[in-house]
Amino acid sequence: MTDVAVLGAGMHPWGKWGRSFVEYGRVAARAALADAGLEWSGVQSVVGAGTVRGGYPGYVAGATFARALGWQGARVASVYAACASGAQAVAAARAQILAGQADAVLVVGADAAPKGFFAPAGGDRPDDPDWLRFRLLGATNPAYFGLYARRRMAVYGDTAEDFARVKVKNAAAGALNPLARYRKAVTAEEVAASPVVADPLRLLDVCATSDGGAALVLGSIEFARARGVADPVRIRAVSTVTPRYPRTVLDLPDIATDSACGAGAGADAGAASAAVPFRASIARAVYEEAGVGPEDLSLAEVYDLSTALELEWYEDIGLCGPGEGASLLGKGATALGGRLPVNASGGLASFGEAVPAQAIAQVCELTWQLRGAAGARQVPGARVGIAVNQGLFGHGSAVVAVR
Amino acid sequence: MERTRKPAVPGWFSEEGGFRLLGTRCPACAAVFFPREDAYCRNPHCAGGGAMEEVPLSRRGRVWSYTDGRYRPPAPYPSDPEEPWEPYTLLAVELEAEGMVVLGQAVPGVGPADLEVGMEVEVVGGVLAEDADTVWTTWRFRPVGGRA
Repeated sequence: MTDVAVLGAGMHPWGKWGRSFVEYGRVAARAALADAGLEWSGVQSVVGAGTVRGGYPGYVAGATFARALGWQGARVASVYAACASGAQAVAAARAQILAGQADAVLVVGADAAPKGFFAPAGGDRPDDPDWLRFRLLGATNPAYFGLYARRRMAVYGDTAEDFARVKVKNAAAGALNPLARYRKAVTAEEVAASPVVADPLRLLDVCATSDGGAALVLGSIEFARARGVADPVRIRAVSTVTPRYPRTVLDLPDIATDSACGAGAGADAGAASAAVPFRASIARAVYEEAGVGPEDLSLAEVYDLSTALELEWYEDIGLCGPGEGASLLGKGATALGGRLPVNASGGLASFGEAVPAQAIAQVCELTWQLRGAAGARQVPGARVGIAVNQGLFGHGSAVVAVR
Repeated sequence: MERTRKPAVPGWFSEEGGFRLLGTRCPACAAVFFPREDAYCRNPHCAGGGAMEEVPLSRRGRVWSYTDGRYRPPAPYPSDPEEPWEPYTLLAVELEAEGMVVLGQAVPGVGPADLEVGMEVEVVGGVLAEDADTVWTTWRFRPVGGRA
């Protein structure tokens, strides 16, 4: 039995609030504790997902959130894995619970994002691939998203209208989510009228950078039962895998892929599975651990850094075959009311990215959906959900939650 | 005074005898790395052995994808905020012999409308930035066969 219970979930609304990430994290943590019906003194451990400030994980997160809540001597851990920070925080908390080190663990992530493009830490740092891609190429995150989008257009025949349809779908869901930053319906015409950022993607195809905070209180199944929660939402699997060599699909922040040459030297089963692209391998690992497959899903939260990337995720998590993402979207399968709603929360399209909070926020949404407490955006009868994401430099992130 | 030409990053390309990107190759398993990996081989199935060897990469490749940058990237990209922003074009180019996709900017004057996925391009020298004493050189991609 590797399940842990989600005792509580809470968020600070996403937006541009101009305050400290610590404040957002504290609000989210308080909300998650209240949702769990637990006092802060009732958790034995806190795991903080870090933002980055001045080149190091901000205030080394776990202890800073604990201090803001009032130090109470809890076991503390801090993780930083870019966009995958939240999933690693969940994984650390789960391991502590399954090891019997804690009955209840608080997981917190929050960010106050700068305006505009994400940029690497300052200084002259030619040993950092992330610094080099900005220095030599001016390759921003949206530039990579543009490359993926154009590739889909050329290989699969996707169109700018297909991409816009993702935004329209996610904005419609986000309009129903009081925690989202953008809560207005968006039309395809509005997407098409927004300025091009990185050809072929326009401003409304690319996610914003936001302030926000998210928190979970996780606990053992026994602890949940002892508190009278007989049927809690359960986290059944967490995948935090790296890519396998050779990674032949371009990825942030790299200037080149691995070379397929030489891969066969001394190869074994590992080389064969290298043929599975990174994002697909993240999902495969979490399905395997959970003992479920895409056919079992009620909903999915995927990391829609761009509209086109959401379509890639459909294929990577096995909702459809390669190149069939736009068709699946076009049939309405992934919209609210469809067969398998994707980003019922509104996704990054409606939230914008608050990096260390994002993977935790995905699990908050799964929790509310699986409890049947998602209000106007509720997926009827939701039983199994997946949340997937990836962090810069090769950090996989996926969670399967069930009820 | 003549300004000195210096590579924007040392050891990634050579301008002598025709412009070439430079990678490294593992003598044990023949894996090729760009940007260069001098200290070790990253192939998990390779037992290693012997120093990594410098190797010139293919002169030509095919466009895997392309995009452009309509907004000025943040530092450390060298760009004068006082000057109007001129979008640049970014290519991802597949080098067949190496089985690798490499990013690079297009030569000035080549935009997305001039490109197609699968088009053949060649790597050429270019200028990343200039200051009072130095011309910082880099690599660029240019369509082969007269377009642009």
